[in-house]
Amino acid sequence: MKAAVVEFPGSNCDHDAFEWASRLFHIPTELVWHTETHLKGADLVILPGGFSYGDYLRCGAMAARAPVMDAVIEHAKSGGLVIGICNGFQILCEVGLLPGALLRNQGLAFLCQDVYLRCETSKSPFSRHVGKGTVLRLPIAHHDGNYFTDPKTLKRLQREERILFRYVNPNGDVNEAWNVNGSLDAIAGVLSEGRNVLGMMPHPERASEAVLGNEDGAAILRSALKTLEAAHA
Amino acid sequence: MKARVHVFLKDGVFDPQGKAVSQALQGLGFSEVHSVRQGKFFDIDTGTVPGEEQEGRLEDYCRKLLANPVIESFSVEVVEP
Repeated sequence: MKAAVVEFPGSNCDHDAFEWASRLFHIPTELVWHTETHLKGADLVILPGGFSYGDYLRCGAMAARAPVMDAVIEHAKSGGLVIGICNGFQILCEVGLLPGALLRNQGLAFLCQDVYLRCETSKSPFSRHVGKGTVLRLPIAHHDGNYFTDPKTLKRLQREERILFRYVNPNGDVNEAWNVNGSLDAIAGVLSEGRNVLGMMPHPERASEAVLGNEDGAAILRSALKTLEAAHA
Repeated sequence: MKARVHVFLKDGVFDPQGKAVSQALQGLGFSEVHSVRQGKFFDIDTGTVPGEEQEGRLEDYCRKLLANPVIESFSVEVVEP
């Protein structure tokens, strides 16, 4: 079991993601620079948050064309696990591994706060051991997290249970007042068709230790790890 | 060849920046403003490569990088062949 955290110029959660995997879960983890062309044998690839290439052109647009992304696409197409967090989610949408796009937040403000998420399906490696209906509290920090896709794709995501997380109130109910960035259908995280690629705007890696006041984020990586270990057993 | 490429949000894609600009114009007394859609443009210079070879490629620039087809449309215009 190995993990890789891809670093782009402007990534700023790369070391958070590295600590998340390596120190908290004891997964041998490598940092992989964006100009590299292989992922050092990783089973799990994390695209971290930040402002890759200064958000030039569109958030994630330049990173999606970086040399390392061919290896990430190949890893994803062969069923390998990929988690894109925040800017990582934007990159996965830009490169076409996930449907949709992340628009400017509806209220135009950069949002830096905790949000509540409801896990909408246990049918993915990232949520099998989290459980449908579980409410997590996680931090967000983004300017462009307003999920958008066309009506046909939205229907397909709903039908195929590929919406993994939705913004909810603390009781776990979808409520527009708690859909802080105005995302379509309150979508906070989506799965690829193969269910092995996850993109999400909130930051589980920043909230996975008691010392940080919140351990809710650990559930996602724990689930992915257990799934991978079961597959390797 | 010199070309100008316009990239703009598709109809139906919410444009909060355009809405804010529209409201600001109305706030300045320009009450005739109904709506504003914000976009961007790129001035591209391909040097001495003849225009006729480049025109199809301008659309490739858009499809491969300058526009995100999920949310954006584009138009290309050759300014100087």
